[in-house]
Amino acid sequence: MSKKKTTRRAFLKGSVAVGSAAFTAGTSVKAMEGDPLITEPQEWAQFTGDGVDATPYGMPIDFESDVVRRNVGWLTADTISSVNFTPIHALDGTITPQGCAFERNHSGAIELPKEDYRLMINGLVDRPLVFTYEDLQRFPRENHVYFCECAANTGMEWAGAQLNGAQFTHGMIHNMEYTGIPLRTLLNEAGLRPEGSWVFVEGADASSNGRSIPIEKALDDVFVAFKANGEALRKEHGYPVRLVVPGWEGNMWVKWLRRVEVTDQPIESREETSKYTDTLADGTSRKWTWVMDAKSVITSPSPQTPIKHGSGPLVISGLAWSGHGAITRVDVTLDGGENWFRARLANPGETKALTRFYLDIDWNGKDMFLQSRAHDETGYVQPSKEQLRNVRGLNSIYHNNCIQTWWVKKGGEVENVEVS
Amino acid sequence: MSKSRNLFFLLSLGVIFVLALAYNFADRNIAKLPPDPRTVNAQYDFDLRIIAAANAANAPLEGTGPLGLGRKALKQEIVAWDLEIAPDGTGLPVGSGSVSYGEEIFSEQCSVCHGDFAEGVDRWPELAGGEGTLADEDPLKTVGSYWPHLSTAWDYIHRSMPYGYAQSLSDDDVYAMLAYILYSNDIIEDEEFVLSNENFLDVEMPNANGFIIDDRDVTEYPLFSGDPCMKDCKLKVEVTMRARVLDVTPEDGGS
Repeated sequence: MSKKKTTRRAFLKGSVAVGSAAFTAGTSVKAMEGDPLITEPQEWAQFTGDGVDATPYGMPIDFESDVVRRNVGWLTADTISSVNFTPIHALDGTITPQGCAFERNHSGAIELPKEDYRLMINGLVDRPLVFTYEDLQRFPRENHVYFCECAANTGMEWAGAQLNGAQFTHGMIHNMEYTGIPLRTLLNEAGLRPEGSWVFVEGADASSNGRSIPIEKALDDVFVAFKANGEALRKEHGYPVRLVVPGWEGNMWVKWLRRVEVTDQPIESREETSKYTDTLADGTSRKWTWVMDAKSVITSPSPQTPIKHGSGPLVISGLAWSGHGAITRVDVTLDGGENWFRARLANPGETKALTRFYLDIDWNGKDMFLQSRAHDETGYVQPSKEQLRNVRGLNSIYHNNCIQTWWVKKGGEVENVEVS
Repeated sequence: MSKSRNLFFLLSLGVIFVLALAYNFADRNIAKLPPDPRTVNAQYDFDLRIIAAANAANAPLEGTGPLGLGRKALKQEIVAWDLEIAPDGTGLPVGSGSVSYGEEIFSEQCSVCHGDFAEGVDRWPELAGGEGTLADEDPLKTVGSYWPHLSTAWDYIHRSMPYGYAQSLSDDDVYAMLAYILYSNDIIEDEEFVLSNENFLDVEMPNANGFIIDDRDVTEYPLFSGDPCMKDCKLKVEVTMRARVLDVTPEDGGS
């Protein structure tokens, strides 16, 4: 049995190679001869495929092996306290698969077993409590889709066009459907005292990343999540439990959440003073810049997904989001901002979640300067880089939500540029 | 391993439960009962409950919130995890450390990344220098030039450093390291200086007043709103900067 299987596998491997050779030839074959992929029986149409026990938990098919997270080596001192980027250029729709959703860790992605998980609520509460993972499973549950964007997303682009790919310029973002419990439910369980005006939230990893969140936000939509996209959180996203802080910078979405302390003052931790603050031209710095303002980017075509089909029908596709609420409209320009068209939203915008937009055009094969501009429900319109620099100067790192320009050249190649 | 541990845990619980039952029944008519644990919990008098637990080993730990889920956090558990320090010194433990001892342990435990003089190695953070550079084109942000609160540095070193072996430093070590970092930044000039919980709040951080609270709602949102131009918005569009020229994109860019 196993011998037979091995032989057949070897044979199949051989025919895969033949198949791809035929495909290459097929693209240049004269139309009259017919496409061999159609006129000749293919191995997948003749022989059987994998059994249902081949992949108890499936990975993407090998042909998609380039749709992966990537990091930028020169950006950080090592890969443990570092970041990688979602391949947004190759994804569509709005939900980010966990396996390629960006990670930002300060002391690496830790392995914390569910059985060893503890969540403490302490500080200005009537009853300091400790919950196990099982305890959390017994609270009334909710489901919400939210984007999580690192405040440093697009940060490398402040001084000028730098990285050639939407993955690198805008890939510190993901969008997942979370299952969990509103933080207010847990605070109620512990008995929130009236003098509590902040919560300090902290992770269980060695960085013990801690952030202060005003109590109004904590009681509004902050969420303690244990599932994402229907399954357990991945290790790198905070398994078994993470905090979700809708619309606010990703650093506050504490992973491996171990403690929520109600306090009467902000802690001003390292991550909310020395980092994640925004230095203006005169040297003063903004702090508590939590909300991620409305932003959008065209994901395709983009430098990593050039146009390969020549002129004619072209789908321009992108993502828009706002930490203030729902996206109401996206404009797209083909000429660097001379004229704008309203893009089609794939679905009505949802609050603090990614919205997919499309503009279907008949490309004339000439140069284009593609840009997108998001509008949200508060009336905010995504600014240009120049508008942002006029207010903030050149020394900012975080919260760069400027309009992005892709230069599409005649052959379909695309480059990250800035235009006047 | 974890199975046997769970089993042990369950067994222990069982033993405690049986003992507690025995205690309750045996003493019910003889000794004065400890206060009703539920009443104690409702009042939340922590010490009383700990005493009750020590005396009776039967004070229920289950939560008494609306859903009765979770259990009471014990004092020693809160002490173990509630470590963060606020700018006003809340949470700061008693202790002290000198510049000279700080230099010694800094060179052992920190200098491999942060440099002998806290000047930083490779892309690891500089901890000293940069004062007066915040308005420059490329500001150098260090504990001395940028951090507004000393508490932040104490808290971060204590909870998160050294990188790769966090929470291994004693309180006195942290005071000493911080004394050395202050010295490296010329915030403290006396090399005999000893930093302690007593003089902690006397240290003046140069950039303490360098921060404003997010003002985007005033400085940006009115500018970035309204109906934008849709047609003939620009006369000319020219490329002013290209990523290709800079060429810093990773080679396996996935295109």
